[in-house]
Amino acid sequence: MSLIWAWLADPANWTGSDGILVRTVEHLGYAGLTLLLSALIGIPLGLWIGHTGRGRLVVVNLVNGMRSVPTLGLLFVAVLVLGPRLGGDLAFLAPAIIVLVILAIPPILAGAYAGVDSVDPAARDAARGMGMRPFDVLIRVEVPCALPLIFSGLRSAALQVIATATLAASVSLGGLGRFLIDGQAYRDYGQMAGGALLVAVLAVLVDLVFAAVQRAAVSPGLVPTTSRRSIRKRLVPDPA
Amino acid sequence: MINLLGVTKVYPGGTTAVGDLTLAMPTGQTTVLVGPSGCGKTTTLRMINRMIEPTGGRIEIDGVNTADLEPGELRRGIGYVIQGGGLFPHRTVLDNIMTVPLLLGWDRRRAKSVATELMERVGLTASLARRYPNELSGGQQQRVGVARALAADPPVMLMDEPFSAVDPVVREQLQDEFLRLQAELGKTIVFVTHDIDEAIKLGDQVAVLRVGGALAQLAAPAELLADPADDFVADFLGHDRGYRGLGFAAAPALPISAEPVVALGASAEDARRVAAGASWLLVVDDASAPVGWVRPSALSGRVEPSDLHRGGTLARLGGTLRAALDAALSAPSRRGVLVDDDGRLVGTVRAADVLAEIEREPGVRP
Repeated sequence: MSLIWAWLADPANWTGSDGILVRTVEHLGYAGLTLLLSALIGIPLGLWIGHTGRGRLVVVNLVNGMRSVPTLGLLFVAVLVLGPRLGGDLAFLAPAIIVLVILAIPPILAGAYAGVDSVDPAARDAARGMGMRPFDVLIRVEVPCALPLIFSGLRSAALQVIATATLAASVSLGGLGRFLIDGQAYRDYGQMAGGALLVAVLAVLVDLVFAAVQRAAVSPGLVPTTSRRSIRKRLVPDPA
Repeated sequence: MINLLGVTKVYPGGTTAVGDLTLAMPTGQTTVLVGPSGCGKTTTLRMINRMIEPTGGRIEIDGVNTADLEPGELRRGIGYVIQGGGLFPHRTVLDNIMTVPLLLGWDRRRAKSVATELMERVGLTASLARRYPNELSGGQQQRVGVARALAADPPVMLMDEPFSAVDPVVREQLQDEFLRLQAELGKTIVFVTHDIDEAIKLGDQVAVLRVGGALAQLAAPAELLADPADDFVADFLGHDRGYRGLGFAAAPALPISAEPVVALGASAEDARRVAAGASWLLVVDDASAPVGWVRPSALSGRVEPSDLHRGGTLARLGGTLRAALDAALSAPSRRGVLVDDDGRLVGTVRAADVLAEIEREPGVRP
């Protein structure tokens, strides 16, 4: 513990081009880019599958299959195959991001699919029966109702990606993983454990940010009434 | 007028849900489709707004073939109410009701004022406007569903088992309000139910369907009860058809006797004096509305609410023979209590007199 504390408390470790601040920004950069790309692929695909009901089996198999892929092995394969063709900075960055995206898509896809799939069939039926076109039904009813599960998919992907982005360092990229790799190489256990702690703290902070965004974005009507009522009662006495 | 002309729905695989159904549903009236499960009643309803496409025949609304319209456009012109309401959980009550007006491109202010007015019309207090559906009772949700269907004032309403998901007491309230609203609005309504009592209560005409979507009988409720076309319809109508038929027979001028009464809080001596030996005495409140019966001989002290026998039903003056007979049969004194429209006591009527009227009037059961 004292080793971790000593490492974290040393101001010299925080600044500079290989300091904690820069490494954290790098780490967030990898994770952010990964989540953006996976969301761009996973959410529309999940919504489409949920809306049309086509390809459910694909979702189940894909999600289970991708979960069993060894991420580190895949990363080395990707670097070996893609690296020589890309060159420069991209030689390592592109394979790392691709591998992380492959890791992040299953929970995001599954969340979006499950979100749409769990919409009350009666609400969907009523929407069609009132004359909404299929795209209106998706945008005005299914997506808003699916938001809680879309968020839970994103959040679990974010946690996984932040934890796993440490692997980027193993192919000579930056991020908080550097402290783990370098710490091990120099037998600097304070640095190693400190880096691990930072990754955990970062994951929790990012999850809190997502929770706040979710709270603002999801309709109060989709939050279970019991928790909402008690909150309301504490804030404003209900006149009724 | 909605006309089904030889409408057929055969599913791939050969199941016939609806077979060659021809049925006219007059403008401004409620047509109830009723039958056992598998009779194609919901399929028939959903073919009218093309949620299901017929495989044969034609459906015309006021002479226009629905197949010629774009489905979305057709549906925006037809109110649609389903079991449980089918409300959008992420929208407030008011936003739910505003759905169709906004789809039709009304400005928000107009949509909002119409929605607010409709809430009142279907018996929802304005304080519910900002609530979400999961904060409402089943009955309230169903009312929102009806208001939402009425929002753009469509001439035609399709209602698919709208009151099936609520408890019997609330269901009866909703049915009564349905009748009141329909009397005001005069929509052309197609109503699906599996409950024959609901069909008889709400329908101007009732279409009984048998399995496979064939029409077994189309008739007004009283006629249906009096003269079922065959054993299937008779069985489906169930027991007590004669008694239930009386519900459609307006009571003629029945011989009404004045009834001695005491007010709540009267002394036992007064009650015994007024009763003059009769074993049951009617008690009224300050507004002379009947509240129940007491046994004067069993009284001690004053007439308290806890002394009341409340088993008797009340019949409205000018109501049905069924209500009058039931009032007589349910009163412990066997004297049926009649009240006026404001709930004030008019007098009492005896079962024998009601029966005499039933036997004397050949037109009671057409």
